[in-house]
Amino acid sequence: MDEPTILDAQELEINMGPQHPATHGVLRIKLKLDGERVLDADCVIGYLHRGVEKISENRTYTKCLPYYDRTDYIAAVSNALGYVLGVEKMMEIEVPERAVYIRVMMTEFNRIASHLVWLGTHAMDIGALTVFLYCFREREEILKLFEDLFGARLTTHAFRIGGLWMDLPPGFEEAARRFIDDFPTKVDEYEQLLTNNRIWLDRTKGVGVISGEEAIDFGLSGPPLRGSGVPYDVRRARPYGGYDQFEFDVPVGEHGDTYDRYLIRMEEMRQSRRIIQQTLDRLPGGPIRGKVPRIIKPSVGEYYSAIEGPRGELGYYIVSDGSAVPFRVRIRPPTFINLQALKRMVKGALVADVIAIIGTLDVVLGEIDR
Amino acid sequence: MMETVLIYAVIPFIKIAVVVLVVLLSVAYATWLERKLLGHIQVRLGPMRVGWHGLLQPIADGIKLVIKEDIIPVKADRLIFILAPFASMVPALVVFSVIPFGPPMMFEGLLRRVLPWFLDAPAVDRVVQSGIASGGFITNVNIAVLVVLSISSVGILGIILGGWASNSKYPLLGALRSAAQMVSYEVGLGFAILSVVLIPQTLSLVDIVQKQQEWGVWFVFLQPVAFMLFFICGIAETNRLPFDLPEAESELVAGYHTEYSGFRFAIYYLAEYTGMITISSMAVTLFWGGWLRPFPSVAWLGFLDFVPPFIWFMGKVFVFMYIYVWIRGTLPRFRFDQLMKYGWKVFLPIAIANLIVTAGVMLKFS
Repeated sequence: MDEPTILDAQELEINMGPQHPATHGVLRIKLKLDGERVLDADCVIGYLHRGVEKISENRTYTKCLPYYDRTDYIAAVSNALGYVLGVEKMMEIEVPERAVYIRVMMTEFNRIASHLVWLGTHAMDIGALTVFLYCFREREEILKLFEDLFGARLTTHAFRIGGLWMDLPPGFEEAARRFIDDFPTKVDEYEQLLTNNRIWLDRTKGVGVISGEEAIDFGLSGPPLRGSGVPYDVRRARPYGGYDQFEFDVPVGEHGDTYDRYLIRMEEMRQSRRIIQQTLDRLPGGPIRGKVPRIIKPSVGEYYSAIEGPRGELGYYIVSDGSAVPFRVRIRPPTFINLQALKRMVKGALVADVIAIIGTLDVVLGEIDR
Repeated sequence: MMETVLIYAVIPFIKIAVVVLVVLLSVAYATWLERKLLGHIQVRLGPMRVGWHGLLQPIADGIKLVIKEDIIPVKADRLIFILAPFASMVPALVVFSVIPFGPPMMFEGLLRRVLPWFLDAPAVDRVVQSGIASGGFITNVNIAVLVVLSISSVGILGIILGGWASNSKYPLLGALRSAAQMVSYEVGLGFAILSVVLIPQTLSLVDIVQKQQEWGVWFVFLQPVAFMLFFICGIAETNRLPFDLPEAESELVAGYHTEYSGFRFAIYYLAEYTGMITISSMAVTLFWGGWLRPFPSVAWLGFLDFVPPFIWFMGKVFVFMYIYVWIRGTLPRFRFDQLMKYGWKVFLPIAIANLIVTAGVMLKFS
């Protein structure tokens, strides 16, 4: 590890975080620097650990759900979907069509909102201040929709086992339509600021490169995996929750660098919009909640339910011992696993690249630490 | 005796006081302007609470910063830590001593009205004719361009010292970047200025503006490349986006002034904005006709002269301040090595080529 540095100078060991403007929460990275060049990086996590998985072992299956909203707080709706699908699979509950459609719609809205937060903060870390506020302007519209339907903006407690809590409120469909009609021009606006910007290209192209093979070895998922050219999207590979009924493309990059991951997420926002359009056009009527037993007591066994969250494969591995509380719930958080690649990506890069790479991995510490 | 004191002490002092006041006030309102413009660019309002549309915000901010606790880290190099902000601020202000904001006989009328209370007629004449007392500048030296270049590059010393004296890692990295940036951009800046100085063949800023009046053309039309280089290098010189690496907020927390708080932080802040005004003033003086109205040689536009030259100057300076903010609201930040690459491999060769071409053309036509 002891590479000689120029002039026999000392290496600088620097703590990036847990209080740092660009580490997205409480991520702490111990950087070893030679001037501005990164020799080594170590992630220290756990500052936000709340023991969500342990808490779940003392709550009934229904009561667990709000805790999962608070793991990845930027994508609370997706978190709920993953767990709810898992329990429904265990109990073999039939979910009415209307609820399935609304779930898909809201999850895709959530994907857009999450990607907007990513884009805003990522761009701001690289120095483009304005994109951040544009993104939050649009996110606000989505959060208003969430508030209308779920009663909360961030920690939504979106879905219930077997369906939904309540049907779409009056005026919701119009508001949703208004949003998706406007949205493409908004995405064009962000792209206008960044996609062909000389400085943005300089800052993101060839930064944080990871090959497809390595990405698979690390177990990456979501945009970081697809950016390296591996077309793996849980929505396509193992369709769940009615996603096989909708048309959408899975964008794939080629170089595995920050710029490709940027392009992929931009395209994903457009694709999410396409899915929402389809759900709105084909929204069936009917009940919003299936037949659910009063006490949920799955039979003994182990179940895995995975969905494609905004950040990658979000899995719930649920072990049941036949009682009303789960024996063990293990969450497979996408960013916890994606974060592993950070060390590999930043080695040999510059300090400024570290920031870009944290941004491109789109980490959420609430989910990493749980 | 009396008139000597007047010419070399009293009147310059009054001018200095006024200039410092105006510059500091401009700086205060430049911060307001920046927040307001940035707000509107980012579809929000900017400061709205203190005063009408936040007009008193800079004053509130100033009071807040002054009454804040002045923290000096235990491990800091105390003396240098205390002095560093001033090493940044003072040069930024000193530069204004040679920047002309009005024509040479700007205050003739005023002097002729006021001075007869103290002096007899021939003495008044001598004072007015002295050139220093009546001019729209603090002083007119024949190497003004060099003065500006040399003094403004001292300002960066304050940043390096501040970063070093903090005895902390992030400020140190900021100071390092600042040193590298200064070396790369000072050269380009110098060459850009040299090419424009070749045309009027004088280093006095007053003469440069007067030449632009005489020939009826702003030098930006003769030296567009030099202007672009000058402005880009100027942005780098003042550490503004996209070149704000020494204080890159998302990377180095706050760069060189991470450890500074309260009043000392305010001084750094003032220095940065004063630097912006300096670069804008230099751009206006060298390239955009200084205090001259647009189309200085077109006679039928003479009615524009009812706006005093000083206002024209300030107006142009604020156009550049606007561009500064506009750029900040639009562009991301360069990376350290890219900044160096652009400085040495792009700007410098262009500046040298531009200088050689200009020199050739001047040789041909002189």
